[in-house]
Amino acid sequence: MAFKDYIRERFFPHIWCPGCGHGMVLKGMLKAVEKLGIDKNNIVMVSGIGCSARITGYVDFHTLHTIHGRALAFATGVKISRPELCLIVPMGDGDALAIGGNHFIHACRRNIDITAVIMNNRIYGMTGGQYSPLSGIGKYASTAPYSTIENKFDIVKLAETAGASFVARTTTYHIREMIDILCMAISNKGFSVVEIFSQCPTYFGRKNELKTPTDMLNYFKDNTTPIGSKVKEANPELIERGVFINSSMPEYCEEYDKIVAKAKKNTEV
Amino acid sequence: MKRNVKFVQGNEACVEGALYAGLDFFAGYPITPSTEIAEHLSERLPIKGGKFIQMEDEIASMCAIIGASLTGKKVMTATSGPGFSLKQEALGYAIMAEIPCVIVNVQRGGPSTGNPTHVSQGDVNQARWGSHGDYAIVVMTASTIQDVFEVTIRAFNIAETYRTPVILLFDEIIGHMREKLILPEPGEIPLVERMRTSVKSGVDYHPYLPREDGRLPMSDFGGKHRYNVTGLFHDMWGFPSTKPEIVHGLLRHLNDKIINYAESICMYKEFELEDAEIIFISYGASARTVLHTVKNRRKAGEKVGFIELQTLWPFPYNIIRRKCANARHVIVVEMNMGQLTRTVKNAVEDHRKVFLMNRIDGLLITVSDIRNILRMLQGKGV
Repeated sequence: MAFKDYIRERFFPHIWCPGCGHGMVLKGMLKAVEKLGIDKNNIVMVSGIGCSARITGYVDFHTLHTIHGRALAFATGVKISRPELCLIVPMGDGDALAIGGNHFIHACRRNIDITAVIMNNRIYGMTGGQYSPLSGIGKYASTAPYSTIENKFDIVKLAETAGASFVARTTTYHIREMIDILCMAISNKGFSVVEIFSQCPTYFGRKNELKTPTDMLNYFKDNTTPIGSKVKEANPELIERGVFINSSMPEYCEEYDKIVAKAKKNTEV
Repeated sequence: MKRNVKFVQGNEACVEGALYAGLDFFAGYPITPSTEIAEHLSERLPIKGGKFIQMEDEIASMCAIIGASLTGKKVMTATSGPGFSLKQEALGYAIMAEIPCVIVNVQRGGPSTGNPTHVSQGDVNQARWGSHGDYAIVVMTASTIQDVFEVTIRAFNIAETYRTPVILLFDEIIGHMREKLILPEPGEIPLVERMRTSVKSGVDYHPYLPREDGRLPMSDFGGKHRYNVTGLFHDMWGFPSTKPEIVHGLLRHLNDKIINYAESICMYKEFELEDAEIIFISYGASARTVLHTVKNRRKAGEKVGFIELQTLWPFPYNIIRRKCANARHVIVVEMNMGQLTRTVKNAVEDHRKVFLMNRIDGLLITVSDIRNILRMLQGKGV
């Protein structure tokens, strides 16, 4: 099946700005699905609200475009009801970790078999460039005209601590790495978190001296390094990319099946 | 025939009704006075192969049942005031995306944390208007344990028929009171199952193109048709649209599909209305006191009658107008500041004959409360 067979061409062109990274993530996700050869009828893609969330409209899967921050809660309902389906949840950084932070940590904790893809552009794009919990200190945004003073989350550490069984980070510059990581994440039987740095030249870049998409992609190239690389020792401020956690842990739906068996056995006695 | 008789709480009767109706999936969060519904379902659902999950919050519970409903399951959540407030946004989503689901609100005193262990009927208007935007919704209630069971089944049937959330608005007394419940045999009460599309695989399926009667045959997520579901205004494919004719058409459809069927949706009981000079209107726990009083006053020869509402919304305007046409006084008995009284005033020809009889202190309205009002209207003094 060709990559094009996974999109709903009728609904293009997409709504994203020129130079936005989200289209690259979309293609990366579809390439991963193509590589894994998953039947389109078995994929449910659930999203919340924001630029990232619009992805669901363009893909030819079962798609659920929900409310702000709650995509993982909707996805949990779908997954528990039909555990054989493959659940992919693309989210923005604000969607996943501000309004949706509670659902995010609890989905990690349950280790339910869902792949969360966090398209981290460090800004609220849809509403016009407000700072997010991933902006970090000293950034400019439409609600931070004098610069931000809030610390940012480390998504990888947060997901790891909360109990996700697969945790990885990559960027839109490293597209082949992104596809490989997404393949691993989707294949993992458990909750998978993939943080993808995605560029928003329109709002984040323009206000933070990364005015063009190329500037932003080069920023991802120059400021990240594979996990455990020697370069990191010399430049500790570099952000690591790659797979941080890939472990086998009890998965929620499989554990619930055991509860069903236990309940049925108890009533037979 | 030997009947299956139980002595149960209202919350348990709700569980029995939901299971009878074919509940497959429940997501909830602990909150007084509805928690027993979650507790019982956590035990009962896995036995029949269903799924129960305690979510991280009230919002997540509402979202999870919507997701589960899309896979073709019958779903429910249960809560009380504060949780009901939290669920409102996702409830609006279920209305917009036309997802069948049942939401139980066992009312406690409010606003805010209020009076968690005491009775109130303060969420009547929130149940109708709580989420933003224009919409219609079905809200049902009950005053006996048997009725809780039957109304719960009906809630599932309506949710499936009209592809809409249905709210079961019980109260703390009904939720916690114990009474006899006669469980009917399977098949005795008709059930409405999900109407699924007959469009074949590979043929263009329009998930949001209503039939002439307003009904929308569904396709399960994970099934043969892949389509988009969104809370944005959407076209017949479920794809977002801001076209004025599409926005207008969808908003009309969401309202008309309930309002146009109000007469067949609405349930009520009437007692001694024929020659009634004073008609009481009530629902839920307070209806029990009214019924008791009306029966006693009739024995004493007083011309009093009673309408017990089991469907609060859509409000049965025409029925109330007709039934109350000849009454001298209409007394609405409710445990709030007159939330339904305003609506009754709109329904009857002369609003001046409508009075509110209420209690807002967390206690059930008593027979003497009603007697006092009655004596005043009769010119007898308290």
